[in-house]
Amino acid sequence: MAIFKKPSLKTDNRRKREMPQGLWQKCPGCGEVVHEIELNENDRVCPRCDYHFPLSAKQRIARLCDPDSFVELDAGLTSIDTLKFQGMASYKDRLRKYQDTTGLIDAVLSGHALIDGYKVAIAVMDFSFLAATMGSVVGERITRMIEYATSQRAAVVIVSASGGARMYEGMLSLMQMAKTSGALALHAEQKLPFISILTNPTTAGVMASFASLGDVIIAEPKAMVGFAGPRVIRETTHQDLPPGFQTAEFLQEHGLIDLIVHRRDMRAQLAQLLAYFTAS
Amino acid sequence: MESQPLDFEKPVLELQRRLQELKSHSAKHDLDFDSEVESMELKIRETRRQIYENLSAWQRVQIARHVQRPFSLEYISCCFTEWVELHGDRVFGDDKAMPCGLAKLGSQRCVVVSQQKGRDTKENVKRNFGCAYPEGYRKALRIMRLGEKFNLPVIALIDTPGAYPGIGSEERHIAEAIAVNLREMMTLRVPIIACVVGEGGSGGALGIGVADRVLILENAYYSVISPEACSAILWKDRKHAAEAAEALKLTADDLMRLGVVDEVVPEPEGGAHRDHDVAAANLGTALRRNLQRALETPIEELLQQRYAKFRKLGNFAEPKKKNGA
Ligand SMILES: [Zn+2]
Repeated sequence: MAIFKKPSLKTDNRRKREMPQGLWQKCPGCGEVVHEIELNENDRVCPRCDYHFPLSAKQRIARLCDPDSFVELDAGLTSIDTLKFQGMASYKDRLRKYQDTTGLIDAVLSGHALIDGYKVAIAVMDFSFLAATMGSVVGERITRMIEYATSQRAAVVIVSASGGARMYEGMLSLMQMAKTSGALALHAEQKLPFISILTNPTTAGVMASFASLGDVIIAEPKAMVGFAGPRVIRETTHQDLPPGFQTAEFLQEHGLIDLIVHRRDMRAQLAQLLAYFTAS
Repeated sequence: MESQPLDFEKPVLELQRRLQELKSHSAKHDLDFDSEVESMELKIRETRRQIYENLSAWQRVQIARHVQRPFSLEYISCCFTEWVELHGDRVFGDDKAMPCGLAKLGSQRCVVVSQQKGRDTKENVKRNFGCAYPEGYRKALRIMRLGEKFNLPVIALIDTPGAYPGIGSEERHIAEAIAVNLREMMTLRVPIIACVVGEGGSGGALGIGVADRVLILENAYYSVISPEACSAILWKDRKHAAEAAEALKLTADDLMRLGVVDEVVPEPEGGAHRDHDVAAANLGTALRRNLQRALETPIEELLQQRYAKFRKLGNFAEPKKKNGA
């Protein structure tokens, strides 16, 4: 904790005018503004309070994997509007919108890579694409990645972030939970390691399937992790939620999470674990 | 027991009221209204048939939630014999939303895991409205492991609005409890037959739903999210539940088309709540037939089929691979 509190940089109208657009971010953790350059030099972690800003799947892969070692698999898989979902907005329109704004085809990147020389199959979810909800493409790519790991006797690393199931795909979405967990069952039978990394936020159907099944479960500091959303819980139970409820720290205290690892140390921590689990 | 009518059954109710009037009028004045009575009865049957043959997804959800619908323990007492309920997860507690135990289906010894709702407030408090806590899923896994140890197949009866979204659920990691069940059920070395008998509420239902055969009662539903919650998210209020139910493709027929379920078990006309005995008899027959077939399959083959069954679910486009790629 800082002894000398820095002068507050909280945004107000006067300051806003002085700041070049887009170069400052207000930190959701401490409320202070942080400069983009400072953020980027610090793994996009707030230098004042250690709040971990979101990273794209690409950025995470670049930080975790050995340089140029990542080979993407199944890159062409694209979601289909099987249900012809009619709501306020059609699924097709939403997909197109997110594909345009994120440059991604869907909410996960998957493939194989080296981490400190250890061969891993890896999938990283990208929350910016439809809240990284799990539809058929996410489920299929993660399942194929796990099956690839099983056939190559490689470790699995999954970096999760998700709002849960993709309701536009109805029950096909829910079934991805069984599919991915089943693939992990076969991977585990071969005594191969799975390291699950939970980032802010990892919830619902993803948390209730592969994300919870790591041999080691790691979380980034203060990541929100849980099954049901806090609003739903408050409305159902009419109770106040305990302080820190559904944070990584709360869940570590309650026995779910093995390690809370700062982003700058994640790669080294993965390498150390892989060394333990990989027979030489 | 007179069944409580649902909104869309009102036309039948009105006809029944008129029939009663006709009958009492005829008795009071000693008049012969036989032909009128007969035509009225025909009209009632016809109106009923019209309604029940054209049920919307939302109407089926209402039938699936009917307070007089048979619940799991009733099916257990009707379809099975020698039920021995086994309590507790050996860690935290006994979840009464998830009754589990031993039972015989015909001559076949089984373990049963089930989800149980209550019919009145008192029972619903005890059963937590059929919403299990983590200890429910862990008890179910303990009992399924027991089945595996003694080579007893698993019957899973699903009827839950969803896993319980509460503080204790999160503190004891309900997501992890469900996830572990999904993984362990996939490789459990005994046959597993599951049936959605009422509400198949999302992950809470799937948490005991990984099976060799997944059946569903005709008016039961199985959905990734409740129609009300879907409406709240996509339409920004809960009033569009009927449209959401339609869009989610959650009925037995829709799920057959999607390959999510393997068989639809017929219900008596108007829903299982109108004739518990017929509903239970139909379920018993379907369970016995499906279990028999699974028992005849060598376990290695069964496990491969179980994996393949879930493995193929999902729909996406994939560009053709280039030669040699
Ligand atoms: Zn901060």
